[in-house]
Amino acid sequence: MSMDQVAGFLVGLFAIASCLGAVMVVLTQNVVRMAFWLIVSLGSVSGLYFSLHADFVAASQLLIYVGGTVVVLIFGVMLTASGPYQQIRSSPGETVVAGGIAVLFLALLASTVLSVDWNGGEVPALAEGYNPPEQGNTLRPIGLALLGARPDKDLGAPAEESLSTGYLLPFEIVSVHLLVVLIGASYLARAKKRSEEDPDS
Amino acid sequence: MPVALAQTSIRSAVEQFGPGWEVVAFVVAIGVHAALVMALFGLAPFFFIWAERKVAGRIQDRLGPTRVGGAFGWLQSLADGVKLIQKEDLVPKDADATLYKMAPYLTCIASLGAFIVLPFHDGWAAVVADVGLFLLFAILSLEVLGIVLAGYSSGSKWSLFGGIREAAQMVSYEIPLAITGLIPVVAVGSLNLSEIGRVQSGGIQNWLMFNDPFTFTAFFVYFVVATAGCKRAPFDLAEAESELVGGFHTEYSGMRWSFFFLAEYASMFLVSMVAAILFLGGWHSGLPFVFENGLNEKVVGLFGNASVMGLAIGPYVGKLFGLKVLILKASALVFVQIWVRWTLPRLRIDQVMTTCLKYLIPISCFLFLGAVAWPLILFTATGGPDGGQTRWGRPIGEKIAPADADEPSKPAGGRTDDEVAALDEEAAP
Amino acid sequence: MTPAPITLYLLVGAVLFVCGIACMATKRNGIGVLMGVELVLNGANVNFVVFSRYTELGLDGQITSLFVIVLAAAEAAVALAIALNFYNNHLTIDVDRGDELQG
Repeated sequence: MSMDQVAGFLVGLFAIASCLGAVMVVLTQNVVRMAFWLIVSLGSVSGLYFSLHADFVAASQLLIYVGGTVVVLIFGVMLTASGPYQQIRSSPGETVVAGGIAVLFLALLASTVLSVDWNGGEVPALAEGYNPPEQGNTLRPIGLALLGARPDKDLGAPAEESLSTGYLLPFEIVSVHLLVVLIGASYLARAKKRSEEDPDS
Repeated sequence: MPVALAQTSIRSAVEQFGPGWEVVAFVVAIGVHAALVMALFGLAPFFFIWAERKVAGRIQDRLGPTRVGGAFGWLQSLADGVKLIQKEDLVPKDADATLYKMAPYLTCIASLGAFIVLPFHDGWAAVVADVGLFLLFAILSLEVLGIVLAGYSSGSKWSLFGGIREAAQMVSYEIPLAITGLIPVVAVGSLNLSEIGRVQSGGIQNWLMFNDPFTFTAFFVYFVVATAGCKRAPFDLAEAESELVGGFHTEYSGMRWSFFFLAEYASMFLVSMVAAILFLGGWHSGLPFVFENGLNEKVVGLFGNASVMGLAIGPYVGKLFGLKVLILKASALVFVQIWVRWTLPRLRIDQVMTTCLKYLIPISCFLFLGAVAWPLILFTATGGPDGGQTRWGRPIGEKIAPADADEPSKPAGGRTDDEVAALDEEAAP
Repeated sequence: MTPAPITLYLLVGAVLFVCGIACMATKRNGIGVLMGVELVLNGANVNFVVFSRYTELGLDGQITSLFVIVLAAAEAAVALAIALNFYNNHLTIDVDRGDELQG
C-alpha cells in the first residue's frame, strides 16, 4: 500500500458518494430528502475537486452550492409546501421510460469516455506556484486571471508571443449579472395578493 | 489533496526504521491530527458549557454548579453528558425519521470540519490550505443545513418556525461575516490563516485590529455577526424558548439534542479562534518580553537541540506557549459571548433581520471599501514613495514577503517580470 | 488493466449529468426540476476541472467552472423566485399544472 493508493481510495470514496447521491436524487420522491442527497452529491464533488488540486473551486463549490444554493432550495421547499411531507409523484410509466433513456444515454457517454486514449493516462506535472501543490497554489493565479493578468501563462513564454488575456471582462459581466439577478429575483418574489381561490390554509 | 503536515516530522521520526514506513507515517499523522482536532472539538464545549452555567449563575447572583468534581463543579458537563446519554432517544410519530436522525450529525460534522483548517500555531494545522479562511467559512456555512433539516423533519410547527428563522438569519448573516472576515485578508494579502497569524508577530501594534481604523471597527462588527452566526443570544431566534418552545430542537432528546449544543459551543469557540487569528494577533502574545521568537530562542537555548525520536523539543515548547495564548484569547471572546447572552434581552426576528440587512451589511461594505482604499489614502497623505516609507505607509504585503523571496524559476530565454510589465504598459491605451 | 484516473472522474461527471437530465425529465415538483439543473451543471463542472488538471487547459478550466458555479447560484435564485410566483398563482408547485397556454 502506498500513498497514491490512500489518495486513490479517497477519490474512489468521493466518486461513489457523488454518484450515489445523484442517483438517489432521481429515485427519491420527497423533496427535502432529495435536497439531502443533493448535499451528499455536491459535497462529494467538492472532495473530488480537492483531489484534483483545484482547492479554490472546491471551496467555492462548498460555499456557494452546498451552503448557498441548497439552503435556498430547501427554503423554497418550505415556502411552497401546501402540506407536511408533501410528495408529487411522477407516473410510473414516465419514470420507466425516462430511466431507460437515461441508462442508454449513460452507456453512450461511458463508451465515449472509455474509447478515448487519454494521453496514455499520463498526468502532467503541477505548475510551480507560491505554495507547494499540497497546500493549493491555484488561489493567486485565479485571482490574477480574474483581474486580467495571466502570469501562469506569460511568465517563461517566448518573448515574441503576445500576452494572454485574462478574465476581467467576464468577471465584470458576471458581477453586474449577479446584481441584476438580485434585483430581479426580489422583484419576482415580492409579496403579492394570492389568487382568489386561496384556501384558508 | 492537501496532506497532513505533521507527516513530515513524523516521517523523520519513523524514517530510521527503514523504507516503506512513509505510509505508516502518513496514517499516524492523520490519526494524530484527527485525535487532536476531535479532542479540541470535544473539550472546548465541555469547558464552555460549564463556564456558561457558572457565569450565568454569577450574573444572576447564584452560585452555579458547585458539586460535581469538587468546589467549582467543573465536572458538571460530564455529569450532563452522562445524564443525556441515558435518556431515551425519541422520534416523534410525525417526523421524517431518517432526516430527523441525520440532522444532528450533519450539524456536528460541519462544525468539526471547520476545525481542520484552523491553525493553532504557525504551521500547526491539520491542513495548511492556501484558501484557509474561505474554506473555513464554507464548511461552517454547512451547519445551517443540519438545523434547517432538523426543523423541517421534526414534524412540528415550532421546529419548522425555528428552522425557517435559522435559514433566513444564517443566510443573511453570512454576508457581513464573509465581508468583515475579508477586511484583514485585504490588509495581509493572503487567505492562508497561518500567514495571517505570522504577519502579526511583534508588539501589540502589529495586531491587524490596530492596522487601520477600518480593521479596528471591523473587529467589533465581525464579533457581533459571528455571535449571530452561532445563533447565540441576543440573536438566538431559532430556539427562542419564549415563543417557539425550543425552536428547531423542540422534539429532540438525549444525545441527539446534545449534539446540537456540542456544535453550537464548538462553533462559538471556532469563530472566536478565527477572530483571535484575524484581528487579535493570533498566537503572538504581543508582549514586549516575549517578542517574536525571543521565547522560542530562550527555550531552544535551554534545551539545546535535544530531540525525542527525531522531534526537536525546543520549538515545540515555544509553540505550545503560542497555542496557550491563542486559546486564552479565544476563551476571553467566548466569555464575552456568554456575558452578552445573560445580559441582553432577545431581539425580535424582524429586528434581527433589520440589524443585518439595513445596518450590518452596509457598515461592512463601507469598512471593506475603506480598508481597500486605506493604503492609497496613506500613500497620498504621506507624499509618495519616499515619504511613504513609514511603518503605516508600507504596504503590509511587504511584511510577509520573505527576505529571500524565491521567485518562480523561469526557463532561460523566457520573459521576465519586467518584460511582462513593459508589455502591459504598451498594451494599455 | 487499471483505468486511468481521468476516466473515473469523467464517468462521475457523466453519471451526474445523466441523473440531472433524468431528474429534470421525471420530476413534477418544480424544485426537483431545479435540483436536476444543478446536477447537470455539476456534471459539466467536473469535466472542466478534470481537464484543467489532466490536459493543457490549465487554469482556464477552473475559472470556467467558477463562472458556472456563480451563474448556477444566480439561476437558482431566479428560478426559485419564479417557483414562488408559480405557487402564488397555482397554489401548487406541480409543474404539470402550468398548462393554461395549452390550446
